[in-house]
Amino acid sequence: MRIVVTAKQVIDPEMPLSAFQVDEAAKRVATPPNIAPVVNGFDEQAVEAALRIKEASGDVTVTVVAAGDSFAADVIKKPLAMGADELVLIEDPALDNSPDPLIVVDALAAAVGRLDDVALVLSGRQASDWDHAQVPLGLAEALGWPVVTVCRKVEVEGGSVRVERVLPDGYEIVEAPLPTVVTVSNELGNPRYPNMRGIMAAKRIEPTLWTLADLGVSPRTPAFELLALAKPAPRGVTEFISGEDDEDAGRKLALALREAKIL
Amino acid sequence: MPDVLVITEVVEGAPTAPSLEALAAARSLGATVHALLAGTGAADAAQAVVAHGADVVLHAPHEEPEAVIALGAEAARTAQPEWVLGPRDAFGGSVMPRLAFRLGAALAQDCIAVSAAGDGRLQATRPVYGGNALATVACNGRPAVASLRAKAYEALAPHPARTGSISAMEHDIEGIIMTRVVERAKDASEGPRLEDAKVIVSGGRGLGGQAAFDQLHELADLLGGAVGASRAACDAGWVPSTYQVGLTGKTVTPDLYVAVGISGASQHMAGCSGARDIVAINKDRGANIFEQARFGVAGDWQKVLPAFIDQLHEILGR
Repeated sequence: MRIVVTAKQVIDPEMPLSAFQVDEAAKRVATPPNIAPVVNGFDEQAVEAALRIKEASGDVTVTVVAAGDSFAADVIKKPLAMGADELVLIEDPALDNSPDPLIVVDALAAAVGRLDDVALVLSGRQASDWDHAQVPLGLAEALGWPVVTVCRKVEVEGGSVRVERVLPDGYEIVEAPLPTVVTVSNELGNPRYPNMRGIMAAKRIEPTLWTLADLGVSPRTPAFELLALAKPAPRGVTEFISGEDDEDAGRKLALALREAKIL
Repeated sequence: MPDVLVITEVVEGAPTAPSLEALAAARSLGATVHALLAGTGAADAAQAVVAHGADVVLHAPHEEPEAVIALGAEAARTAQPEWVLGPRDAFGGSVMPRLAFRLGAALAQDCIAVSAAGDGRLQATRPVYGGNALATVACNGRPAVASLRAKAYEALAPHPARTGSISAMEHDIEGIIMTRVVERAKDASEGPRLEDAKVIVSGGRGLGGQAAFDQLHELADLLGGAVGASRAACDAGWVPSTYQVGLTGKTVTPDLYVAVGISGASQHMAGCSGARDIVAINKDRGANIFEQARFGVAGDWQKVLPAFIDQLHEILGR
């Protein structure tokens, strides 16, 4: 059985906010050169979910598929260092980081179609750049498979998958027949850190490289035209409350909130 | 003006708040508003949804995402709307993207504003990069499909005298539903949920340990609010991960967000930047949280917080 994990290389969302700049003319985030990209956090959790299934059921190949216009080799290989078996990179200029889920869905669906014996696709619940939270659902639609979103536990039992899906006020257990698509949320728990053996093993694994042409995918009209990208307007200046000492400042803060009718 | 179809969730005979907000967004576009009501007791909610702004109501008692998607696609084929709107919540999150793809479009997800562009396309503004940037997009799809962030629009006040057409939608869902819910459980928790709370008191790394959260709970109880936390506090095991506010946690939109010992990393701000007012207590005056706060105290929370709570008791008389 093969589990495909979709992974996206993104700008590090943990970078200091002061380093986050938008080039409004180019309608792009201007990444500072000293901030390395990362694998999207939820996608790392999807890798973790796949590895847990592999540990539980044995005969599983975990294939990570990433789509983008370019990759930092040491970054995108992290899932291999965590324990995934294979890496497929769909690298194509048409997969630049523009907000078009259609081309990404087409590319991933074609890649899944190329791979043998895919029983399960695991994806992060959303990517931390465009926050679309839709490619996995589009992929399921393209493949004609079921999809269950925002899961914190994923188990494969026989020909079906059993997941715990996070609800705003609790959870539900959902079963779906394989093959299926499942999106994974942070409630799954922290992804494992690569150990030295994993890092060395990852170095020896050569990624499979596919272009859109290799996959027979031709770009269609993008879903969206990006008209503008800008930082949100600042909230205004912080009013710092001070007093004779910290206790006094605390009391004055309460009075200030009352004065401003916030309370 | 174009027609709009709103995918509306009904739970036990009542339309949900985010769905009514999507309806208000549709109304703001000046269009004829069709509403597909899906869920338990959908028929009972029809008149209320008309009162809240719908002109044409279709209802069906199905709540499974696969069924709602099929119903939505059929309603779109029948009504031929230019635009399809829905809520960005747990319901909309599992329905709207797949519906968009079935209609040959993609979803303008989590929008805070929608309008008609000069060329007639649906124009949508959506927070991206965890809310650190705003993207304005024009949707090329027809229909264009968008989901609305909770509280971005205010539900319209109901006008009981409003009239509209109401009909049941027949759809054979046999064979459509591939997933099966075998169990559903509610978390045992007291007080409001983070997503619903009007006041949230959140703690971060600066609190230094689990015990500090007792004081946060005291403050939250006093204000009728809920307690949240930054990822650092959750990772440290001081509170469960369900407390986490941020990009990899919950996105919250309270009236007041009190951040104690939280530096304000971009991934945290992604979860709380929708708060109306942020108040921060942090010893580091240069902390990023103060960039976003309306009021701030640069001081030791162990001294500031108890005095703040005492004074609030006095002000509020409880």
